[in-house]
Amino acid sequence: MRILRTFLDKQAPLFESGGKLEKLFPLWEATDTLLYSPSSVNKGTLHVRDGLDLKRMMGVVVFGLLPIVFMAMLNVGRQAHMAIAAGALPLDNWQTGLFQTMGFQFTNALWPNFVHGAIYFLPIFLTCFAAGGAVEVLFSTVRKHEINEGFFVTGFLLPLTLPPTIPLWQVALGTIFGVFIGKEIFGGTGMNILNPALVSRAFLFFAYPAQISGDAPWIAANFVGVDGFSGATWLSRAAAGGMDAINGLGADAWRQAFIGFIPGSMGETSTLLCIVGALVIVAAQIGSWRTIVGLTLGTFAMSFLLNQVGSDTNVMFSLPFHWHIVLGGWAFGTVFMATDPVSSSFTDKGKWIYGFMTGVLVVLVRVVNPAYPEGMMLAILFMNMFAPLIDHFVVQANIKRRAARHEAVQ
Amino acid sequence: MKVAHKKALFDPLFNDNPIASQVLGICSALAVTTKLETSVVMSLAVIAVLALSNFSISVIRNFIPPSIRIIVQLTIIASLVIVTDQVLQAFVFDISKQLSVFVGLIITNCIVMGRAEAYAMQNPPVDSFLDGIGNGLGYSLILLIVGFFRELLGAGKLFGYSVMPLVTEGGWYQPNGLMVLAPGAFFLIGIFIWLLRNFKPELRET
Repeated sequence: MRILRTFLDKQAPLFESGGKLEKLFPLWEATDTLLYSPSSVNKGTLHVRDGLDLKRMMGVVVFGLLPIVFMAMLNVGRQAHMAIAAGALPLDNWQTGLFQTMGFQFTNALWPNFVHGAIYFLPIFLTCFAAGGAVEVLFSTVRKHEINEGFFVTGFLLPLTLPPTIPLWQVALGTIFGVFIGKEIFGGTGMNILNPALVSRAFLFFAYPAQISGDAPWIAANFVGVDGFSGATWLSRAAAGGMDAINGLGADAWRQAFIGFIPGSMGETSTLLCIVGALVIVAAQIGSWRTIVGLTLGTFAMSFLLNQVGSDTNVMFSLPFHWHIVLGGWAFGTVFMATDPVSSSFTDKGKWIYGFMTGVLVVLVRVVNPAYPEGMMLAILFMNMFAPLIDHFVVQANIKRRAARHEAVQ
Repeated sequence: MKVAHKKALFDPLFNDNPIASQVLGICSALAVTTKLETSVVMSLAVIAVLALSNFSISVIRNFIPPSIRIIVQLTIIASLVIVTDQVLQAFVFDISKQLSVFVGLIITNCIVMGRAEAYAMQNPPVDSFLDGIGNGLGYSLILLIVGFFRELLGAGKLFGYSVMPLVTEGGWYQPNGLMVLAPGAFFLIGIFIWLLRNFKPELRET
């Protein structure tokens, strides 16, 4: 390792101010601090509460996401192989070619599932990192600041919210739009008002709806014309058929949805692993448990209310709370998107309100809006915009209360 | 050309653009810009109304009692809009149908009222006329840029002619659905304002 350190130190003058490649300093700095903890220390008196810097913080979130990444690969392959077993054809693309060249059969077993899923997941993942990284480097170079790790988590989150069959150029375009419009024009990491991964997803959702919504994109197999097989997510089946459709999925359906062996965006299916992820980020005090609990309460309150009201024309009214939380992106969004420390509310009370309102909105969009079966993305983006306002009122209320107390004492 | 005239005519293009700097007339910029053709016709209509209303109001500006000036201005603008609408229906009926209510809504376009109040009431007719043309051009500039990108990216076409053949018609271009929706225009106007302020830092408020 000494060799690497000396090599990096030797290159330093080249990139520091006055050197030949000073414009590329952000790149050198990023490589250097990723490999070694920087030796520079703060001067003067500082209040350090925790030795956690941005890099380690992002690392913890990624650690919490890892089980979901593996689940994503497993489930993409599993869904494809189940469709093929039901009579669907493999997709006619290079992924299928590669899978067969590697000597695998389309059997629903652990390793073939995992490898087949990885062949779909990894290219999307890498495209996302390449595109997002390019925008980050571009902006750091122009603005002359260091490349930070802000994109690291976004790069993990975004692929997990996409369907396996999405074209790679759309992934690249969506990532660039999200990092650019969602983050960089507001001033970069920590300055964004919206969650960049969700901005990317919203862009793709509205720009290219055929590849990211409807019944087709969730399973990597050609199942058109196969009798008795549907590629629709369970949430859109519920939107179409209500509790009857859900009950028709079999007695074991809820457990399956909870564990995550259902069609959907790659990383959103497993509520179980999202709970594991929630434990990790809450234990590390990165995600706020207040947001998560608030959101759960909001979802419960709204779905309970709608269950009580009932409706003759809208079958979604009858979907109970315990189904809302296992279908669609509820769990993934709650744990990893809504808790984003930058775009959610900052104050403790604000987090409760922000979470609760998001939960209410999710159910409202899912049930009452006829256009979109899923409401998690739209609800979180919507509440992201209100987060600063909520904080403002919480702070003002605190000021008023203290002022009143002060007057009472005098 | 006198300096004042030049200023009245060209300032609204970049230095004081009605949409990008004054943030007026946004609604129609979102509504009619899905195609370049409608953008062009709408631009011409607004230029005509703006220039003539500024001119007419400026001519009689000293005879308008201040207490009822808004009503007088509105009467003039409304008459001009009706004339414009009739002309469009007579000569370009198809496009006039596509523009639907938005020609009529030029009456409520804040740019027209705004320039009448802010400029024509205080300045002589020729200056006001040029100011109207200039602001109309500033508005048109945005409409054309937004219309160009929305039609190109949203439908692969320009003026209805296929530039990038669509996937659905055997080509290669996958149309971007966001550009057809109103938010697409918001993004484009936002990016335009951002670029403008980057090149002209004096336009930044803070």
